[in-house]
Amino acid sequence: MRITCPLCGERDRREFYYQGAAVALTRPEPEAGEAAWDDYIHNRENPCGVTRDLWHHEMGCGAWLVVMRNTATHEVLEVELATDAKRTGA
Amino acid sequence: MRFSGLRVLREGLSGNKGWQAQWRDAEPGDAYDVVIIGGGGHGLSTAYYLAREHGITNVAVLEKGYLGGGNVGRNTTIVRANYFLPGNSEFYSHSLKLWEGLEADLNYNVMHSQRGQIGLFHSDAQRDAAIRRGNAIRNQGDDAELLDVPQLKKILPYLDYEQARFPIHGGILQRRAGTARHDAVAWGYARGASDRGVDLIQNCEVTGIDIEGGRVTGVQTSRGAIRAKKVAVIVAGRSSQVAAMAGMRLPIESHVLQAFVTEGLKPVVDHVVSFGMGHFYISQSDKGGLVFGGDLDMYASYAARGNLPLVEHVMEAGMALMPMIGKAKVLRSWGGIMDMTPDGSPIIDHSGIGGLYLNCGWCYGGFKAVPGSGFSMAHLVATDRHHGPAARFRLDRFRTGRGLMDEEGTGSQHSLH
Repeated sequence: MRITCPLCGERDRREFYYQGAAVALTRPEPEAGEAAWDDYIHNRENPCGVTRDLWHHEMGCGAWLVVMRNTATHEVLEVELATDAKRTGA
Repeated sequence: MRFSGLRVLREGLSGNKGWQAQWRDAEPGDAYDVVIIGGGGHGLSTAYYLAREHGITNVAVLEKGYLGGGNVGRNTTIVRANYFLPGNSEFYSHSLKLWEGLEADLNYNVMHSQRGQIGLFHSDAQRDAAIRRGNAIRNQGDDAELLDVPQLKKILPYLDYEQARFPIHGGILQRRAGTARHDAVAWGYARGASDRGVDLIQNCEVTGIDIEGGRVTGVQTSRGAIRAKKVAVIVAGRSSQVAAMAGMRLPIESHVLQAFVTEGLKPVVDHVVSFGMGHFYISQSDKGGLVFGGDLDMYASYAARGNLPLVEHVMEAGMALMPMIGKAKVLRSWGGIMDMTPDGSPIIDHSGIGGLYLNCGWCYGGFKAVPGSGFSMAHLVATDRHHGPAARFRLDRFRTGRGLMDEEGTGSQHSLH
């Protein structure tokens, strides 16, 4: 599996650290309540197919990336900077 | 049909023509008292203990593929009870005791071999942690022995003790730990359940869970609708998809775990050996193949195969521990889909929907749990009460923060286990 960093280009998977589902982009409000926070921290859609997760380009530029990829085939479909994804509200 | 030495002898002399199928390949019925989704180790053992312990035999096990074709046929076959935390400790202790009586109970040879498992340590701090773990194991009533280097060298002469980076300082031995023939465990439970009247239905994929007024009433399948008073979801890596059919979101992320086997060799590794400075564990199968595995690939995956960086990592760990392994040729590698929870411990609990029960979150340790999991799950389904040794495997521990069981001490968070 290779991931194309928007800043560095296509790189080996070993340069990246997996941070889990890209839920951190839509963090609940502090007063959102126990159910919302439980869901945010623990529960996952965990799809078999296309998913969006967060990767940290730890051994490269240090950017946080939102990677759209297929969990059944390991195909990487789309990569964008987390800051861009956050700005566009995705 | 009962297996016995006499029977094997008679069949051997008469051309092995008298053996029969070990279970009925049943057609789906209209309605059951209990429908179990998932015909793997845990589902089959649940069916067996429902019948044997609770007399509930109007049961169907629905399997979308073939029996035992998932993780129970894809693991590294290790059986042990060396957990540290209350909750896990008593559960795996109970499961190991069931293993010890399993072959007589099932009248089936699961090739359970208590060859001993050694967990190595490589620093003073690791020795302290190992001693603490060993004491916890002994407090639970199971066995653990501290071995120093001279003792280790007698039984594991092939390890690289003196290497500069990861010198071996000793190990913890559990003599009652070992391995079992993984497929035979599924087959033995399938046979025992089928003999007691359970319908084992293969090629039957559940496509929906019927719920009326907050209570489960049955399932929709690729082979038609089946009514059920109770439904147990025991589908490991696919738990999120099946739970979603009941409108649930689970604290589970599915990951791939790879394993490897070499060509057959003469007996050389007599125990199960676990490296303490990298994720690597190894044993030798009865056919002679060295069976070994490492860590997760560490990203969500349903691919049942991993990526090369982890293959390289596992091989490096193997070479660091026992350089002789470099002479062996790897025959094949494969992956299983692990249902990872945030704290690394499992769930056996009510779902919150009447008559719907969950058994999931076994992470990368499900094989040794097969007997205990089925026993405790059957108790929960039959009586609606938690079974003592599995009473702490609650779904709500993540929401409340009470009773989290984080054996690694890394935190209750996805991607840390």
